[in-house]
Amino acid sequence: MSELYVARHPAAAWRRLEDEVIVMAAQESWLFTLNEVAAEIWEAADGRTPLASIVRDRICEKFEVDFEQAYRDAEELLRALAERGIVLLSETPLEAGAP
Amino acid sequence: MSGLMERVTQKALALGVPLSVHLDLTWRCHLSCIHCYLTERNGRELTTAQLVRLLEELAECGTLFLLVSGGEVFLRPDFFEIVEAARELAFSVRVKTSGTLLDDEAARRLARLHVAGVDVSLYSHRPEVHDAVTRLEGSFARTVEAVRRLVAHGVKVRVVQVLMRMAEGEYSRVRELAAELGAEYSLDPTVTPRLDGSRSVVRLNASHAAWRKVFEDPELDARPEHCPLSPEPQEAAQTAPEWDSLPCSAGHTSCYISPSGDVYPCVQLPLALGNVTERPFREIWADSPAARRVRSIRVADLPICRSCEFLNQCSRCPGLAYLEGDLTGPSRLNCEQVFARTGRRPAPLAE
Repeated sequence: MSELYVARHPAAAWRRLEDEVIVMAAQESWLFTLNEVAAEIWEAADGRTPLASIVRDRICEKFEVDFEQAYRDAEELLRALAERGIVLLSETPLEAGAP
Repeated sequence: MSGLMERVTQKALALGVPLSVHLDLTWRCHLSCIHCYLTERNGRELTTAQLVRLLEELAECGTLFLLVSGGEVFLRPDFFEIVEAARELAFSVRVKTSGTLLDDEAARRLARLHVAGVDVSLYSHRPEVHDAVTRLEGSFARTVEAVRRLVAHGVKVRVVQVLMRMAEGEYSRVRELAAELGAEYSLDPTVTPRLDGSRSVVRLNASHAAWRKVFEDPELDARPEHCPLSPEPQEAAQTAPEWDSLPCSAGHTSCYISPSGDVYPCVQLPLALGNVTERPFREIWADSPAARRVRSIRVADLPICRSCEFLNQCSRCPGLAYLEGDLTGPSRLNCEQVFARTGRRPAPLAE
């Protein structure tokens, strides 16, 4: 399995509100929220930390879930968000840090 | 308001989060708009460092939506430094400007910063009328050019028209012009008193006939269903007033911060909560007696409005009421708008 890196898109505006994250996609003026698990991934999506590390360190232990399943779910979510231009995905570290 | 936005706002309300902040960087302006509500132009302004620290505090408090306004924001040499700091802190930033100082480079930089949008004021589709409002010859041409530049760089632009008597019959032409330019359009039907309560500019308001027209226009957001007191206005006659509902979001999930750092519940509600150079914003927001006072008011606490038969058709603004003398009283301007909308006089107008 090749490494996958994820970064918040630089156009996104966001804020944590208790257990969820509110994201505003600037281009579409599109607002959505991420649940507790997705919020953990979002906050860790700095473009430099491999997704596998994010899932292992921030998801599996905290939410007591199996790594393989959690990784598949995270990748599926992130690919959907990438299609909408909310995150950037790459097999190499991403230079441009997102806000 | 969308269902999700409503849910997020309710959550912010429950958590005491100032979700939306209107930040004026300066009150200086090279225009002299005839309806301007500002009474002071050259007061103290927060420094760049103070503003960046304030933005950090707001982010920590949970603010997401930031309106950066003035005065004319482009008169601050550090304007881009401040917007860059705001974007690095992941705010959704809207900028309000006359556009008259916005060159191509500025439009490009705003696009690169991914601002959520730019609000540009336009008062008429006729240059001579717009320029007569701003009292700056050539301002119409410069503003329209700014809209073109922003749109060309992919920045979302909203043309905002304050409806005034001299252009009251022409708003649809301004809306058409906005569409031609590739911009959204928004109409504000009310010229408000100045911040010192002076009503000299209120005479510029549109006639009742013009108000009625805009309130009935299905394409505008000035329609009765947007009345904050009326969650289901189409059933207004059958709906009991929501006594526990809030008069508006001012001081609850939103606030205004002046160029000198004074915190108000809203730009139209100049009730000082504190100054960010004297106390941290978080403390002002959480502990100010004035904020607690504003937050304590429910519709049931409005001694005249709560029994008004037009309660569910009124867009009562607490700020207008405050500027007219009583935070919990009726606003004569709002009563006049109800009269324009319904053809019947609310009680305060009959006195």
